[in-house]
Amino acid sequence: MSERDPLVVETVMDDQLTKAWRGFKPGSWKLGIDVRDFIVSNVTPYDGDDKFLAGATPRTTALWAKLSELFVAERERGVLDVSQIPSSITAHDAGYIDRDNEVIVGLQTEAPLKRAIFPNGGWRMVEGGLKAFNFPVEQSVKDIFTKYRKTHNEGVFDAYTEDVLKARRSHIVTGLPDAYGRGRIIGDYRRVALYGIDRLIEAKKAEKQSIDGEHSTDEIIRDREELSEQLKALTELKEMAAKYGFDISKPAATAKEAVQWLYFAYLAAVKEQNGAAMSLGRTSTFLDAYFERDLKEGTLTEAEAQEIIDDFVIKLRIVRFLRTPEYDALFSGDPTWVTESIGGIAEDGRSLVTKTSFRYLQTLYNLGPAPEPNMTVFWSPKLPAGFKQFCAKVSIDTSAVQYESDELMRPAWGDDTAIACCVSAMRVGKQMQLFGARVNLAKCMLYAINGGRDEMSGAQVMPAFEPVKGDVLDFDSVMKNFDTAMDWLARTYVNAMNVIHYMHDKYAYERIEMALHDYNPLRTMAFGIAGLSVVADSLSAIKYAKVKPVRDEKGLVVDYVTEGDFPKFGNNDDQVDQFATWLAETFMNKLRTHKTYRDALHTQSVLTITSNVVYGKNTGNTPDGRRAGEPFAPGANPMHGRDKLGFIASAMSVAKIPYEHCQDGISMTSSIVPSGLGNTRQDQVANLAGSLDGFFGTTGFHVNINVLNRDMLVDAMEHPENYPQLTIRVSGYAVNFIKLTREQQLDVINRTFHGEV
Amino acid sequence: MDTPLRGSRFDLRVEHSNTMPDAETNELLRGGRWGFLHSEETGSAVDGPGMRLVYWTTGCEFRCQYCHNPDTWKLKNGRLVCVDDLLQELAKYAPFLKAANGGLTVSGGEPLVQDRFVMQLMHGAKALGVHTVLDTNGFLGNKLSDEELDEIDLFLLDIKSWDPETHLRVTAKPVEPVLEFARRLAERKRPVWLRYVLVPDLTDAPDNVEGVAKFCATLGNVERVDVLPFHQLGKFKWEQLGMKYELADTPPASAEQAAAARALFRKHGLNAAD
Repeated sequence: MSERDPLVVETVMDDQLTKAWRGFKPGSWKLGIDVRDFIVSNVTPYDGDDKFLAGATPRTTALWAKLSELFVAERERGVLDVSQIPSSITAHDAGYIDRDNEVIVGLQTEAPLKRAIFPNGGWRMVEGGLKAFNFPVEQSVKDIFTKYRKTHNEGVFDAYTEDVLKARRSHIVTGLPDAYGRGRIIGDYRRVALYGIDRLIEAKKAEKQSIDGEHSTDEIIRDREELSEQLKALTELKEMAAKYGFDISKPAATAKEAVQWLYFAYLAAVKEQNGAAMSLGRTSTFLDAYFERDLKEGTLTEAEAQEIIDDFVIKLRIVRFLRTPEYDALFSGDPTWVTESIGGIAEDGRSLVTKTSFRYLQTLYNLGPAPEPNMTVFWSPKLPAGFKQFCAKVSIDTSAVQYESDELMRPAWGDDTAIACCVSAMRVGKQMQLFGARVNLAKCMLYAINGGRDEMSGAQVMPAFEPVKGDVLDFDSVMKNFDTAMDWLARTYVNAMNVIHYMHDKYAYERIEMALHDYNPLRTMAFGIAGLSVVADSLSAIKYAKVKPVRDEKGLVVDYVTEGDFPKFGNNDDQVDQFATWLAETFMNKLRTHKTYRDALHTQSVLTITSNVVYGKNTGNTPDGRRAGEPFAPGANPMHGRDKLGFIASAMSVAKIPYEHCQDGISMTSSIVPSGLGNTRQDQVANLAGSLDGFFGTTGFHVNINVLNRDMLVDAMEHPENYPQLTIRVSGYAVNFIKLTREQQLDVINRTFHGEV
Repeated sequence: MDTPLRGSRFDLRVEHSNTMPDAETNELLRGGRWGFLHSEETGSAVDGPGMRLVYWTTGCEFRCQYCHNPDTWKLKNGRLVCVDDLLQELAKYAPFLKAANGGLTVSGGEPLVQDRFVMQLMHGAKALGVHTVLDTNGFLGNKLSDEELDEIDLFLLDIKSWDPETHLRVTAKPVEPVLEFARRLAERKRPVWLRYVLVPDLTDAPDNVEGVAKFCATLGNVERVDVLPFHQLGKFKWEQLGMKYELADTPPASAEQAAAARALFRKHGLNAAD
């Protein structure tokens, strides 16, 4: 008998293991670390409606009310409080909101909303954040991270090339994670609940041992060091839980323990990393197995089950990082992207919707709407009708849900995939991404026309090439130059990303998140593009209308006079939609020609979140008639007000962008007034669900749904105090409306509202 | 005037086809392959069940005081389109529309002004397996044969007023042909959603509403009643067209008024949606 034989494993299981796994159906999950197998072996699909759900208990309401008071103080000050102890898994003592009344425990520091500092990413971000919110800088900490301990930020700038610096300065590349944590790594936090830390340490040791025989190359040495760091992090996680009085060395034995173990694992991640997006994964259906068991055993009521989830979600809502106001201005308020992926269909065709999928969404009623956690439903026309209706209802009532295509992701990445951040799919625990930034392709097109010079500053950013000549822009000449400009941009961008991720691994490695991955996971390198619809419409204008460049005294094209009409992206018109698909594919193929750090797989997203406003601000007049400084459309959206034919035509234009070339996601945001969804509430729910079936049935990838009245948004701008929880969705993310800058608020309000009557 | 050729019903459109001689126009209408279109929308949720592709045609016999698209009255305000092109477009949207439990709605204007054109559209939609809705005031219902009525999946029938005098005042046409068409649809058991536009001080008299309700209750084919509260979103069109707008000072119907009207329909056993 081999030592992997299940019978042998069963016999050596100790009592605790027997107790923790009682009643679960066996499978390969018992032999190795395989959470997916646990889920498909133990899922209880639920195809009913939302009637079973419980409301908030008085305890939940009181706890949330207590926090809500702190939110007011936090909003006034910007940041409530800061701990100057450099954060780590074990750096802070246990903290509570209201110790006797918490069901799930654990805070990032010893007090709620008290933010930690994460100097490994870069000292500048820490000092900038402290100064912006009037907190003194602790000299001893500054000394450590400026004199004795190098940071990620410092490392990156030591290795950046002159081209990268130029691209960065001119804003043609924006949002490079070179001063803070890259994020978008999802640890498989479920593993801690299912297996307990001891078993995970064993498995990790085995992984490390498995490469002992390898020759010590750069790569193998790095792997060994990383695995050792992961092992230390697992031990620290156990210590951290012990501070709260829990021993998580063994598996969780109840639903409440499962949530608590899982949350400790996630908490360790947000204690260790200030990642741009710190997503949770796909936890609801995993946890449901525990809830089902406890309910069946009669040890838990529905109200108690909901209370556990509510309390867990409260904790996820108060994850905080100290960042600079500039960062927050780029990305809408105070984002953490605690994305949770819900629903979907298993590879065997069964639904993965469970009662706990409903319970997660129910928190939007029990606690009110909020941007975090970023509730993400994996939509398939095959989802059970009851769940579809509930999702639509929650969207109409809260605008706090985003939808992604299970039909596109399942074939690409399998049925245990989760979204990191907004639209980035990855197999949980088996795949991670090296994320970073976006290039401004509208600006790149203007550089093409101007021979590599910046249309606003006049600076020569790209190596000089012949500008487009003549009184009318010639389509072929523009395209030829555009190709040259994109070549340079793709090369520069990959260069920057390689440097960033090399240094991040070296100076700010995500020890606990990677400890909750298999050894040597699939790495993707996720690039991003902005300005898709501006470029598509501009190329359409140049091809189908007459575009006359306006040159200043130095010969720089600073404006365009367009005569005649031209097709615009968002009207399901191939004449122009082809430019959008061409652009995505062409730039992606250029990226693919450059070798990536750790041989990561190139991927690309069309996503902006709220940065479409900042990109627009930094971009001059464009041939499509957009004026300098005006916002771009968010994500892959058509430009504001140019989609004339309604929702379906608009969505179908976006759905043409090929997922095979945008495997890091394609984001669409749709805002609609309630009456635009139907004359009655019942119609509205049915029509929203029907629209999602239609969109995801025709290769749509992602959609944010806002169901809002324009008047309400205008009122919220003037009276933010009346709308503390008003949530809207913008390109992959939900934001607290009143935390947006005024420019972003206006952008949202001006954007197309479909069905406005 | 900068009038977009395609898209929203809320844009003003005038004189797109004014240069066409009348004889030619009539010839075209008889054939049915060509028609005049005011506007279109993909994804309307308020023009029949599910999410729908809607074509609004031009031409209308009625002169409703509350019309929010008076630019649809004149046939030649529309742009000339070929049924083949519209069906080609419909084919692109058919999978989405089916998935979203919707289909095609032809509205207006009054679609039956261009009855041959409309029937070719309906016929083509059926061939694509798309659910069809005709939104009509019923006045020109005699232009359709019984077989043609059977080909349309659902009728959105507007009865503007029960009281004949009010009907004449509101629309400048008598009500009887409308009721006649409603009875004919009932005889042929064609499903109907009744639409009643509630205008304060014009069509909101309880007797008037109840008259429509009683009548519809006897028909047996009215599946649903939508009370549509009057709004002022079409006001700008009257102004821009330089037309006298009788309802300039009429307030929008309130939620309470709409609820009261619905209650009257329900009183007679009808399914008034809200």
